[in-house]
Order: sequence, then C-alpha cells, then structure tokens
Amino acid sequence: MAEFLHLLASGLALGGVYAIMALALVMIYQATQLINFAQGEMAMFSTYVAWKLMDSGWPYWRAFAATVIVSFIGGVIIERVVVRPFARAPILTSVIVFIGLAFIFNALAGYLYGYSVTSFDSPFGGRPLFGSGYMSPHEAGAVLVSLCVLAVVYAFFRFTPLGLAMRAAAQNPVSSRLVGIRVGWMLALGWGLAAAIGSIAGMMAAPIVYLDPNMMFGILLYAFAGAVLGGIDNPFGAAFGGFAVGVMENLVGAYVVGPEVKLSVALAIIIAVLVWRPSGLFGRRLVARV
Amino acid sequence: MSPAILEVKGLEAWYGPVQALHGVDFEVEDGGVTAVLGANGAGKTTILRALSGLIRRSGDIRFRGRPIGALATEDIARLGIAHVPDGRGTFTDLTVEENLRLGAYVRADRQAVRADFDRVFGLFPRLAERRRQQAGTLSGGEQQMLAIARALLMRPSLLMLDEPSFGLAPLVVAEIFRALGGINRDEGVSLLIVEQNASLALDLADHAVLIETGGVALSGPSRAIRDDDAVRRAYLGY
Repeated sequence: MAEFLHLLASGLALGGVYAIMALALVMIYQATQLINFAQGEMAMFSTYVAWKLMDSGWPYWRAFAATVIVSFIGGVIIERVVVRPFARAPILTSVIVFIGLAFIFNALAGYLYGYSVTSFDSPFGGRPLFGSGYMSPHEAGAVLVSLCVLAVVYAFFRFTPLGLAMRAAAQNPVSSRLVGIRVGWMLALGWGLAAAIGSIAGMMAAPIVYLDPNMMFGILLYAFAGAVLGGIDNPFGAAFGGFAVGVMENLVGAYVVGPEVKLSVALAIIIAVLVWRPSGLFGRRLVARV
Repeated sequence: MSPAILEVKGLEAWYGPVQALHGVDFEVEDGGVTAVLGANGAGKTTILRALSGLIRRSGDIRFRGRPIGALATEDIARLGIAHVPDGRGTFTDLTVEENLRLGAYVRADRQAVRADFDRVFGLFPRLAERRRQQAGTLSGGEQQMLAIARALLMRPSLLMLDEPSFGLAPLVVAEIFRALGGINRDEGVSLLIVEQNASLALDLADHAVLIETGGVALSGPSRAIRDDDAVRRAYLGY
C-alpha cells in the first residue's frame, strides 16, 4: 500500500509537468490546429538557459524568472521569424518546420552545452510542504508549481481583456480583426506563453529526469498523450489528462509492464483514445444553432 | 448634400485570381444611409469585404477624406468603421457578454463603455437576458442583434451591415430595422447596408446603389429608385 501511494504521488509530480506541457501544446493547437513538435526541445533549451544562469551564480528564483521571460520573448520571436512565413502553407509544411525546429534546438543545446547528463538543482530543499513520506520535497514543489501555472493561465484567459482577445483570435480570426484585434500578434503572444509555460515544465522536470538535450523527448510524448486523453481542444481537460498520464505511467510501469517499456504506455494511450474516443474525455461537443 | 463620410471610386477586388469587382463608385453621406442592392452573386458582400480589407482590392477608398485602401483590416476597424459580416461573425464559444466586450476591445474609456453596454441592452433587451449564455446557442435573430450590438460597442461612425435580414422571421427583421433606424437617427451613425430585401432597405436608405455582375448598374436617391417602375421590375423584382 505504501508503495502504491508512493507511486501515485511521484506520478503526480511528473504528471504536473505533463499537464503544463499539454497546456502549452493545446494553446498553440487551438489557435492553429497544429501540434508544435518543437515544444519539448524549446523547453529543454530554456532549461539549459536556467542552468547556465545558476551556474554563473544566480540564485534559483531569479534564474527561474529570467528564464521564463527569456523563453516568452524567444517564443514570440520564433513565431514572428520562423512560423509566420508558413502561416498559409499546407499543414505538412508546418509539421516539417516544427520538426526542423526541434532538431535545431536539440543540436544547438548539444553543441553549446554538451550531451552529458547533468544534475539540476531543485529550489525545494528540506521537508516537503505536503505529502511527506510519499513525495520528495521537489516532487511536492513541482506539483504545487504546476497547479499555480494552471491557475495563473486560467485567470489570464478568463479574466483579462488580452486573454479574451487571444481566445477570440483563436476561435474566429476574421471577426476578431473586424473588432480591431491584431490577430497576428495574438498568435505570437500564444507562442510566447507556450514557450514560457514549457520553460517552467522543463525546470520542474530537470531535477527528476536530469538535464540533457534529450530530456524532453519522453515528456513531450506523455504530454501529448495527456492532451489527447483529456481532449486536445480543452486546455483543462488536457491538463487533467497530463496528471492522469503521469499517474498511469508510474502504476503501469511498476505493476504491469516494467519500467523499460514505460514509454509505450504513452503510445498505447494515444492509440486507444484515438480509436475509442477521438475527442478525448473532455473534448468539446459543439453547441451551435444555425 | 452633406459631405461624404465614405467615398469609393473605381473599387476593384479579387478572390484569388478571379476579379469580382470591376470599378465600383459610390458614397455614403455623413449621417446618411446608403443601401447596396442587387441579385445573389452580384458582388454586394464583396464590396464590404473589400472596404474592410479582407480581400485584395484596389481603387480610391476614402474615409472622412483619408485614404484607407492600403490599411489592414484591424486598422480600418480602429478608425471607426464597424463591419457586421454575413453569417454575423458570432464568437460562438464565448458568452454574449464576452462577445460584447470584444466589441469594446480597443477602447480605453471604461466609463463610456459601461454606458454603451446599457445602451445596447436598452436597444436589444433580449441580449441582456442572455448575457451569460453561450453565444452559439442564440437564435439567428438574437445573433444578428448581438453582431450589431458588438459593432456599436466599437463606437463606429460608419456601420456596414451585410444582409441583416438574412434568414430571419419578418417580426425580427422589423425589430432589427427599427433599431438600425434609431441608431442612424438618434446617434448619427452613418450606415452602409447590403440587402437582398430591397423594399426594406429602400425604406431606410437615402441613397441606393444597384450592383450587377461586379459593377454599378444604377445609383441615386432611394426614392427615385423606388418610384421607378421599370427599375423596380427589372432589378428589384417587386
């Protein structure tokens, strides 16, 4: 029983990382109907930025804040420079661009920082705030940070005019332009936000999975599984899916298939959901009257 | 004749490689109502889309004397030209109130925005009742009211409407046109109305433009057009 609870709790920790990565994926998906395959590598690169800053003596939270801001700006620039020229291109072109971006960040990180696996500090030392006995201090902290990110993102989209404009631009670009919303910038902001959220996911994951250029590969896959499970057009369904996948991954890995083939759990979830319930658990049912 | 708020000369427009407008000229008087009439596919909707910069266009378009033919859609909207598109352009997943808040998105004068909310709810009380409802669940008439209300929250000086009567029951159409008349009369908002329902539009408009295959077939004061039996039979079918 204790082992089960421990698996559950540590599943929640990585689940939180999957949840906010899934949120980042959904954010771009809703605006463009495209999955950003580079999301994971962008997050990994951000994590290296944080590591570099801490390595040069910055305290954790200052490096954390600077990384989030740098990632946001980086995301905006990527959208403006790399993604935007292909806005009207066929879907396959965009997919190739995203995959190319992923390889570029992966190679760049390897080139700049090397391929060796590095440890990454956690800001949550000592005793955990909750769940002690079942969770390490960092795992408890990571769950808390993930929940904070979800709450902040929710508040932003629900209560601010800019958040409303971004939702509007994603949903109906023509009507949005007709009320004066600069839809192109809303997309760039979406990329910035997704990159910023991804950087937090990377920094929360790195103390658990360690820092290396391929650290986000599996995480992105689980996040994608979570997004598909919860419903790719529903941000909070996707986040819930992320947590669920984190827990499932741990339990199935321990009791059913063994840790070596754990990653196939993500693929199995994706396939199962697409076969039996393509819209996901909380996928939107369209309500419209003509 | 009062000075024109909108002057259009030699307007051409394209859908991809296909030219849809071949030199359209007309004006909207400041505080006036101009109706754009014509058969299905004549290019009425295209005129509004070209004016809003939603499609490729060329020609001399002036709003209050200022050329706007090269501006982006969002900048045209910010000048005070509201466009209620065909199909109403509802943000279906958002609530009625959120739809309206988007109309006021570019405005900073919060006090006045609040007053304008009360004003449009006075104009269309049904929207007030359905404030928190998802806009996609509204009836067609309510969505048309919502689209007009959203446009009014932009505080436009020119309101362009694309077939506001389309697909609606006669009573609802009457309500909407009554509201449009009030908006024009009481608030001095100039209107440019594209309509298939010619008699309705001619009652409201002071000028009318008849469009045929992407060009102007006839234009003039709406009374003259309404009273000309030959024109009425040939173009308007009533």
